[in-house]
Amino acid sequence: MLLNLNFRVIGETLPEFWVGFVSTLSISLTAFAGAIAIGIIACAMSIQPSRLVRAPAVAYVDVIRATPLLAQLYFLYFGLPSFGVLMPETVIGIIALSINSGAYVSEIIRSGIMSIPRGQVEASASSGMNYWQQMRLIILPQALRPMVSPLIGQAIVLVKDSSLLSLISVLELTRAGQTLANDRFMPVEGLATTAVGYLIIYFGLKLMAAAWMRINHPSARH
Amino acid sequence: MTLFLEQLQGIAQYYPVILKGVGVTLALSVIGIVAGTIVGFVLGIARASSNTLLSFVVGAYTDIFRGTPVLVQVFVVFFILPEAGVELDSFTAGALALSNIAACFISEIVASGIRAVPVGQAEAAASAGLTRLQQLRLVVLPQATRMIVPSLVGQFVLLVKDSSVVSAIGLLDLTRSGWIIVQSVPNGMLVFSVVGIGYFLICYPLLHLSRRMEKT
Repeated sequence: MLLNLNFRVIGETLPEFWVGFVSTLSISLTAFAGAIAIGIIACAMSIQPSRLVRAPAVAYVDVIRATPLLAQLYFLYFGLPSFGVLMPETVIGIIALSINSGAYVSEIIRSGIMSIPRGQVEASASSGMNYWQQMRLIILPQALRPMVSPLIGQAIVLVKDSSLLSLISVLELTRAGQTLANDRFMPVEGLATTAVGYLIIYFGLKLMAAAWMRINHPSARH
Repeated sequence: MTLFLEQLQGIAQYYPVILKGVGVTLALSVIGIVAGTIVGFVLGIARASSNTLLSFVVGAYTDIFRGTPVLVQVFVVFFILPEAGVELDSFTAGALALSNIAACFISEIVASGIRAVPVGQAEAAASAGLTRLQQLRLVVLPQATRMIVPSLVGQFVLLVKDSSVVSAIGLLDLTRSGWIIVQSVPNGMLVFSVVGIGYFLICYPLLHLSRRMEKT
């Protein structure tokens, strides 16, 4: 089945796939930036002592993690227009992806901060540092390191999740494959090319994670 | 307010559709969890084996599915397998795609669990006269499993959520039921809040369980 792929058709439609590929990349990058911003805010709220500040952040993370992205996407896609908010599908998609990934990013940042031994915070407090100095000089420099690998992992998830945007007719990699499948009746060629596109991004990010591990944890296996 | 109540009533009239959707989502999740765990353990043991070729082949296979979106895989099973002469209805196609991706993710979890068991354990078991299968079954796997249970439960939650993607091939699951209802009850936020509550009721207990196990 895979041996008689029609490479001529793949070649002809490659420009369309390139557009989809670039679109997937730019949607993912934008949404990832949004997710980091949301994640930082949600995490900052969730580690405050005040219950009133903590509760909304915890609820946000739990609700997002316990419901599928597709339902969240449809919630915005079908829900925003009834409030008179009209936005292009791509923007709705990026918002949904950011809100979704933001919850996971918040958890990643939180576990990075929690990995710092309590004694360090106490020591810095007793040497007279205020909250921001503790964060900036003691906690964050150490906490950032263990966050990198999980964040790359979340980026991989985000790129794959962005394929759901094809269901609200955003032109990206999956949609490009579907178009080829439907217009030319070539589902094998369309979906195979789409899959290859995602695998390129996947292995690219995986190599980045491996390189990071090699530089920072030379003793670890892999 | 009256409009809101009317819309809520409109959704309530669709309860058979919602119930059917919940049933399909649950059925797919259970099939995916059971099949994915069984196949995932087999693949994971192969992945962690000392046979480099076997480990590489399994790693390459799982990487292909871990690196592509579930949606694309569901399309592949539903649209491409028929070209190869395998006709599947949408439920079977969805169940197959979900079980396969679950197996791929679980195999990596199992393999990392096995690798985390100190080598000395297997060596001690070997010098106590256990065969390789006995070493695996009696010494390595029980310890590995204990370590990976929280990640496994976390993976199950992902699977329940990923099952929503089968709505794209027209299968009436919980997400699809929302999609149908929203065509006649024009309040997307309300409709998909109801859908979201359905998923939350399934996923949150699992999430909570996974988090509690991670702490102990």
